[in-house]
Amino acid sequence: MTAPLLEALEVRKSYGDRVVLDDVTLDVHPHDVVCLIGSSGSGKSTLLRCLNLLEDVDDGVIRFEGREISDPHVDPREVRQRMGMVFQAYNLFPHLSVLDNCTLAPRRVHGLARGAAEDRARELLATFGLADHVDKHPDRLSGGQQQRVALVRALCTQPTLLLLDEITAALDPELVGEVLGIVRDLAERGTTMVLATHEMGFAREVATTVCFLSDGRILEQGPPQQIFTDPREERTRQFLTRVLPG
Amino acid sequence: MTDWQPSDRELERRRVRRQQRTRSLLVASGAIALVLAGLVTVLLSAPGWDRFRETFFDWGYAKDALPDIRDGFWLNVKLFLICEVAILALGLAVALARTSRSPLLAPFRLLAVVYVDIFRGVPTVLLILMLGFGVPALRLEGLTDDRYVWAGVALVLSYGAYVAEVFRSGIESIHPSQVMSAEALALSRTQTMRFVVVPQAVRRVAPPLLNDFVSLQKDTALVSVVGVFDAVFAARDTTGYTFNYTPYVVVSVFFIAITIPLARLTDWLGRRALERERAGVR
Repeated sequence: MTAPLLEALEVRKSYGDRVVLDDVTLDVHPHDVVCLIGSSGSGKSTLLRCLNLLEDVDDGVIRFEGREISDPHVDPREVRQRMGMVFQAYNLFPHLSVLDNCTLAPRRVHGLARGAAEDRARELLATFGLADHVDKHPDRLSGGQQQRVALVRALCTQPTLLLLDEITAALDPELVGEVLGIVRDLAERGTTMVLATHEMGFAREVATTVCFLSDGRILEQGPPQQIFTDPREERTRQFLTRVLPG
Repeated sequence: MTDWQPSDRELERRRVRRQQRTRSLLVASGAIALVLAGLVTVLLSAPGWDRFRETFFDWGYAKDALPDIRDGFWLNVKLFLICEVAILALGLAVALARTSRSPLLAPFRLLAVVYVDIFRGVPTVLLILMLGFGVPALRLEGLTDDRYVWAGVALVLSYGAYVAEVFRSGIESIHPSQVMSAEALALSRTQTMRFVVVPQAVRRVAPPLLNDFVSLQKDTALVSVVGVFDAVFAARDTTGYTFNYTPYVVVSVFFIAITIPLARLTDWLGRRALERERAGVR
């Protein structure tokens, strides 16, 4: 077994008296697709934000590529250069065209020349069926298209790990498919991902590991077949009967 | 969980964070001290510093001029407070007229455009001269010939045009989806403006509005050109026979003493509004 790419150890996060993450331990190996499932407020998004250092953890250790990144000496920007994140509400920059959204970080942070950055962005946009929208502004696009652009924007910096925070939750059901299609492609190409999701069918299909979060704890984790067909915990069972049709 | 105790790693991390905070505090204080020391050195080593100090910072002259300036400044403050209310009302009315859709209001729309174009274009000091000396010269029945009043009217007209544009940009910055959802609730256009658009617009333009009011606060000094005995007039009166400019510095201190708390108050109001509206979002 290779060394984990990302390792969270006994991570704790609280806002005042409210404990949002409690004793969360999670390993992500290269080419893993880890799906975080659980009801709203169970801590999925907070965990992703902690992994990306958008929030400081209150205890525990996070290691990424063999280095402890929860150390206050670590520059979060260095970590984020190697870790991509996509949000539920797309968060594209409305004043920039699709192409400029995708080349901003490669050019300004990674020091890529304009030409090289644009070539890479155009190629990725074309791969994801967005070739016609390169010069448009994000508000001209549908939600599904915007979310695909947001994915491309995250991929343009060639991160070793991709964090996806309920990226289909704000989309129409008919648009969910086109975004999940991309994530499925990425998974097949071996992209390492941690995603919070409400799409159980999708999690079952692409995940290598599924984690069920409840009240800020990872109640159980395992391969999707086991979690979805034979959950150990009663609470996982209850959650699954609520969200799974039939 | 109440039985949680921070791990050694976490305690260590807190210690490091504390250290980092202390270090940034030290660096910041050091930088400030360095810059201040540099400025003071430049000022004190200027060849004309002694003469400069006598002319602008003479405690004796400051004390002599103080009562007149204080009385005059009260006039500035009154003018500012009254004008501010009138300007807000006028500005909002003009902005609403300009953004109105009703065909019946078309004449007001036209009037609003003409008003803003003209009064933003004329320098405030000219407006004060024209109204302050011009209107009393008309000797119209029923109109006061108090130059103080007409100088105030000139300020209101001049600033009303600016503030109207600030309000208008605020109103136009509210996303159309807000209007749509208000209309979907069957609110009338007036109700939509009154309950949905204007409250959001006002919050959004509070900082530029304050900017205009700080500016207005200073421009109340312009009424001295029509011989109203305000703080600046009082200071000029004194310097006229002493040839010492300390009273001007005193007046400046009075103005600053009002504008700085005003700025802090608006900062605080703005921050509070942001925290309320963006609760939970970083």
